[in-house]
Amino acid sequence: MDLRFSKEDEDFRQEVRTFINENLPADIRERSRLGYGARKEDTVAWQRILNKKGWAAYSWPVEYGGPGWSPTQRMIFQEEIMMGNAPEVLGFNITMIGPVLMQFATQEQKDYFLPRARNLDDWWCQGFSEPGAGSDLASLKTAAVRDGDEYVVNGQKIWTSTAHNADWCFVLVRTDPHAKKRQEGISFILVDMKTPGITVRPIISIDGSHHLNEVFFDNVRVPVKNRIYEENRGWDVAKFLLGNERTGIARLGKSKERLAYAKELAREVQQHGRPLIEDPAFRRRAAQIEVDLKALELTQLRVVSAKKKEAGKPDPFSSILKIKGTELLQETSEFVMDVGGPLAMPGWAKELAAMSNQPPYGPDWAPAMAGPYLMLRAASIYGGTNEIQKNILTKAVLGL
Amino acid sequence: MDFELSEDQRLLKDSISRLLSDNYGFAARRGYMAEANGYSAKLWEQYAELGLLGLPIDEKYGGFGGGPVDVMLVMEEFGRVMALEPFLASVVLGATAVKLAGSESQKSMILPAVAAGQVKLAFAHGEQQARHDMTDVLTTAKKDGNAWVLDGAKSVVLHGDCADKLVVSARTSGGRRDAGGLTLFLVDGSASGLARRGYALRDGSRAAEISLTGVKGELLGAVDGGLAVIERVIQAGIAALGAEAVGCMEAMHAMTLDYMKTRQQFGKAIGQNQVMQHKAADMLIAMEQGRSMAMLAAMMVDEEDAEERAHHISLAKVGVGQAGRHVSQSAVQMHGGIGMTEEYAVGHYFRRVMTFEHLWGDTSFHLGLIADKVA
Ligand SMILES: Cc1cc2nc3c(=O)[nH]c(=O)nc-3n(C[C@H](O)[C@H](O)[C@H](O)COP(=O)(O)OP(=O)(O)OC[C@H]3O[C@@H](n4cnc5c(N)ncnc54)[C@H](O)[C@@H]3O)c2cc1C
Repeated sequence: MDLRFSKEDEDFRQEVRTFINENLPADIRERSRLGYGARKEDTVAWQRILNKKGWAAYSWPVEYGGPGWSPTQRMIFQEEIMMGNAPEVLGFNITMIGPVLMQFATQEQKDYFLPRARNLDDWWCQGFSEPGAGSDLASLKTAAVRDGDEYVVNGQKIWTSTAHNADWCFVLVRTDPHAKKRQEGISFILVDMKTPGITVRPIISIDGSHHLNEVFFDNVRVPVKNRIYEENRGWDVAKFLLGNERTGIARLGKSKERLAYAKELAREVQQHGRPLIEDPAFRRRAAQIEVDLKALELTQLRVVSAKKKEAGKPDPFSSILKIKGTELLQETSEFVMDVGGPLAMPGWAKELAAMSNQPPYGPDWAPAMAGPYLMLRAASIYGGTNEIQKNILTKAVLGL
Repeated sequence: MDFELSEDQRLLKDSISRLLSDNYGFAARRGYMAEANGYSAKLWEQYAELGLLGLPIDEKYGGFGGGPVDVMLVMEEFGRVMALEPFLASVVLGATAVKLAGSESQKSMILPAVAAGQVKLAFAHGEQQARHDMTDVLTTAKKDGNAWVLDGAKSVVLHGDCADKLVVSARTSGGRRDAGGLTLFLVDGSASGLARRGYALRDGSRAAEISLTGVKGELLGAVDGGLAVIERVIQAGIAALGAEAVGCMEAMHAMTLDYMKTRQQFGKAIGQNQVMQHKAADMLIAMEQGRSMAMLAAMMVDEEDAEERAHHISLAKVGVGQAGRHVSQSAVQMHGGIGMTEEYAVGHYFRRVMTFEHLWGDTSFHLGLIADKVA
């Protein structure tokens, strides 16, 4: 046992860091540092730069165009991306649909979709949740009825992140309404967002951004060949995907970066006539976050190294990562906002976006201080709420 | 100790509650936000007719002669609906400054007009560099013959965009953070050299950045004697906004309970899960503790002993702030996705309470003040 990174790991980290420094456009980095989300064009441009280098599909094996990195290297890579304020590679493509395709798809499906997902030629989104099916995903109702070599899809999805940007959507549909168990009547299909009958409606979230959508399906015809895995076995695919999603949501590097940012700003702003960073309460809070970050980092390394390769058997320990990781994202984003003080409260971001050529109202860091805090309240909701993660732990690990 | 409301107070609470519940649906509120000044001009008139705008103003100046507890009752009702009107800015902050610092003639000029809703005041004290520091003032006032001339900038001035008159703090002597050397002035909204950029805060209420370039001001109170007044104005503001936060908590708690009973997952209401029940109980505990602290603040606003007053207001600021954060974070979490949307009221209450926590010293700041005095 050795809890330190090896020399090779450290060299690898340096290599990634250097690449980011040399290739990430400065304006993209600066927007991210100030707390603005990556724009679609930034995410696409950056993922293509990474793909040229062979790094976009950072968690994929070499045979599918990935770099074939070890779990530790993948973790380091992700961390460097986030700490370097580079756009994160699109999770829907790389950590969700990619592994599903590798595990469950036909050769033809793999050949077509994997390279396109890697290069972000297709922007994927996730059509799982429905108005009546959130935590209880298996109660989903969107129906797919077989008609020759097509499914006819009717129903509604909700909370579909970035559907308005998306070219494709992986969708859970009910193909057997009479199955004995609800989980046994579900299939996993790939839907081209340009298919007639699809309507995407925006949902504005409490940070004022457009990230979420409702997606309506009205007699949408989907070729049967776009089904992944067997008919009515889509739940196995979904469980596999959700296990991967959970691990990705921890976003440890982002919390580290936010802590660093809070400290950086705390040198600039003052409290009682001294830089805030000298305030004992500020320092203790930063210290506590550092403790929690280190614990999670090691737990995450333990989970990824021990990861069982069995298909459709996600490690219940990934729920620990999801819970602690999202709590840290929430705490660090709140920490940043608190550094801002009253200047974090104005809705300047919205006012500035609404009118071009407006002079700033205040320091450049002020407008986007509260936005990430507000949006990250959702981190303990999406990917399975933290209450549901605890239910998983109590059942799968504790046997209660 | 007496926690019972008087007959008058009950009547006041009921009448305002009725007025608001008839007029302040979530959709109506959105409409008010889109009005010219970001609030309902019509309701503002109705508040005036009801006598609300004179609530804490002496009867002698056309007011109702009420105290901080009356203000608390009204603010709680405002919180329940997230009222957008400049009651806090004008009737609490502005009028308190005039009441404490104004000359007889200033009081009789301004206070009756405030009570009638004809003049709206704003309290322009905070500055961008000051963060939570009450004495950090760079705006200056210099004597020019008989007049005072102000230069500088004020930040996050609540309802500063629509105010007819501004109470502005400025430095008449001393350095950036000196406690002495602060003086208050009345500045006309139409004064030349005054520039205002209005905007909405994250919670939808209005505020402004204000710049002053050679603006004429009228002295309000003693030269270099402003800080004692500023302190009391802010304390009255904390008490009032704290009560409003309690109203917000009540609304969020009620919405959450309702949702727990109706939202079905796994074939039953989500409120059937014990973890959800305990969360709702924890919300209740936090809310009631917060309410106690808002009451403490209201009772302390008129405390004569400045140190005692400041100490208890800090306790209350921390208590209400923490309760508000707990209740609002839980409310969003327990709603799931719907709690994250602009279409749903919970997220708006969330941001209102968040704003309370970050004005006039956040939780960590006030805890620090209390900690410094631990003996
Ligand atoms: C920002 C954001 C992005 C999202 N992106 C996507 C996406 O791209 N694609 C997609 O398909 N979905 C997405 N989702 C949906 C997300 O997966 C769901 O919101 C989540 O599963 C919760 O479902 P719900 O919102 O219906 O809440 P509900 O399931 O109604 O839950 C409400 C509350 O009840 C609690 N609860 C429910 N059941 C239990 C139980 N058995 N025991 C204890 N507590 C319980 C929950 O923890 C929660 O606090 C997103 C959501 C958000 C907020």
